Amino acid sequence: MLNQDRGKVVEIRGLKKSFDDNHVLMGVDLDLYKGENLVVLGKSGSGKSVLIKIMVGLLKQDEGSIRILGTDTDGLTLKELNKLRLKIGFSFQHSALYDSMTVKENLEFPLTRNIKGLSRKEIDKRVDELLDAVGLPQSVNQMPSELSGGQKKRIGVARTLILNPEIMLYDEPTAGLDPITCMDINKLINQVREQFNTSSIVITHDLTCAKETGDRMTVLLDGQFKATGTFEEVFAQASDQRVKSFYDYNFIK
Amino acid sequence: MSKINHEKKPLISKKIDRFFIGLASAFSFVKMFFQEVFKPPFEFKEIIRQCYEIGYRSLPLISLTGFIVGIVFTNQSRPSLSEFGATSWLPALISIAVVRAMGPLVTALIAAGKVGSSIGAEIGSMKVTEQIDAMEVSAINPFKYLVVTRTVATTLMIPILVMYTDFVALMGSFINVNQNELVSLSTFFVQVFEAISFLDLFSSLIKSLVFGFTIGIVGCYKGYNSSKGTEGVGKAANSSVVMAMFLIFIEELLALQIVNAIRYA
Repeated sequence: MLNQDRGKVVEIRGLKKSFDDNHVLMGVDLDLYKGENLVVLGKSGSGKSVLIKIMVGLLKQDEGSIRILGTDTDGLTLKELNKLRLKIGFSFQHSALYDSMTVKENLEFPLTRNIKGLSRKEIDKRVDELLDAVGLPQSVNQMPSELSGGQKKRIGVARTLILNPEIMLYDEPTAGLDPITCMDINKLINQVREQFNTSSIVITHDLTCAKETGDRMTVLLDGQFKATGTFEEVFAQASDQRVKSFYDYNFIK
Repeated sequence: MSKINHEKKPLISKKIDRFFIGLASAFSFVKMFFQEVFKPPFEFKEIIRQCYEIGYRSLPLISLTGFIVGIVFTNQSRPSLSEFGATSWLPALISIAVVRAMGPLVTALIAAGKVGSSIGAEIGSMKVTEQIDAMEVSAINPFKYLVVTRTVATTLMIPILVMYTDFVALMGSFINVNQNELVSLSTFFVQVFEAISFLDLFSSLIKSLVFGFTIGIVGCYKGYNSSKGTEGVGKAANSSVVMAMFLIFIEELLALQIVNAIRYA
């Protein structure tokens, strides 16, 4: 397989995470290959978001190892972790735009904090490029409260792309959006991969999003991955009734 | 990792656990502030923005309150002094009361309500909408950007607001004294400055710094640790005010004991 020939950018082994008695992840293994879009499917509360939050250091695993771009995340100092974080873009479920800042300021904020000595012209050029890439050049001076859900998602993606990440993590990119906007977001995820050469993990429970964006997918149930493969492989060979029910519900069988 | 088993403990024991866990968490929050405040990069632009929000935008409310406090306190004090024919002591009495206690206390309580709640709600809302997480994953230190800037701004602005309140309250008092006792502005302020000492001004300044720090750090702590969605934001704003006011009164009491010990030593 072409992607697998390119090598792993993320390697997760035996990942466990519990919140008191709630065992969310119970020994999860996952590989992400360079240039690939991997979809993690699972019902709400199954631990999909926890998985990617552990990857960026927002949560700490109880057990297991994570290797991202050749760096083992366990035992990193904050400085080392921040260096790694610059290579990972995280698109939040509710966009998490800074609501006291304009769209332009939202995009500038991570750029100017992390790359010193940029001129005003360079910053403006980069912001304009990213807004063009997500199709919202006209929103530059708007406040987040003036944007629709889909526009917020796009700006959120643009904000993560401004630091040129190698890996993109999308947390429920289509949640709460209408079907047409969902299609636009799916296209954007694929466009980001092509235009910015990223590898991505897409967390979702939306099968259309999974089918449109994923090269491979894996289903997280009971804290473990139950089925992994292409869309067709996962649902054609599914022995677990709950995996099948994902398909049946999403495609109204 | 060992975990505390809350299920089998009686309610009182759970509350004691929670109190000490909360205390340790607050202590480490304050410790983190002092670790970060002297470490570059310094967020001067954000500190100035916060100073404007906290200081300048509080002026109308502080002006009105200070002015009314001056008038009301003068009016309420006059009957007692007039019984002894001592209404000429009004400027001295008011100046001591305003500079030593009422100015710092009134300003701090108003700021706790206006500024403390706004800090608690703002940071709480950023927490529940994952804006703080967004900063972290962009390799930005949210503690430095949000907590340090706001706490430094309140610590700097409250003493300035206190001095302003003192002045406005004394002006309110002067208008009242001028109308009733026909005392001129210069006479009034000569008596005011004769009554207050360096210790009064110095202790008022130090106390105001402590009040400002308390308002900022409590608002940030409550906001930063808020949870449970919008309900948590409301609780963060509310408990910021309650906790800050409670601490301000305790600090006022402690300051009074310390200053009196120095004054009468």
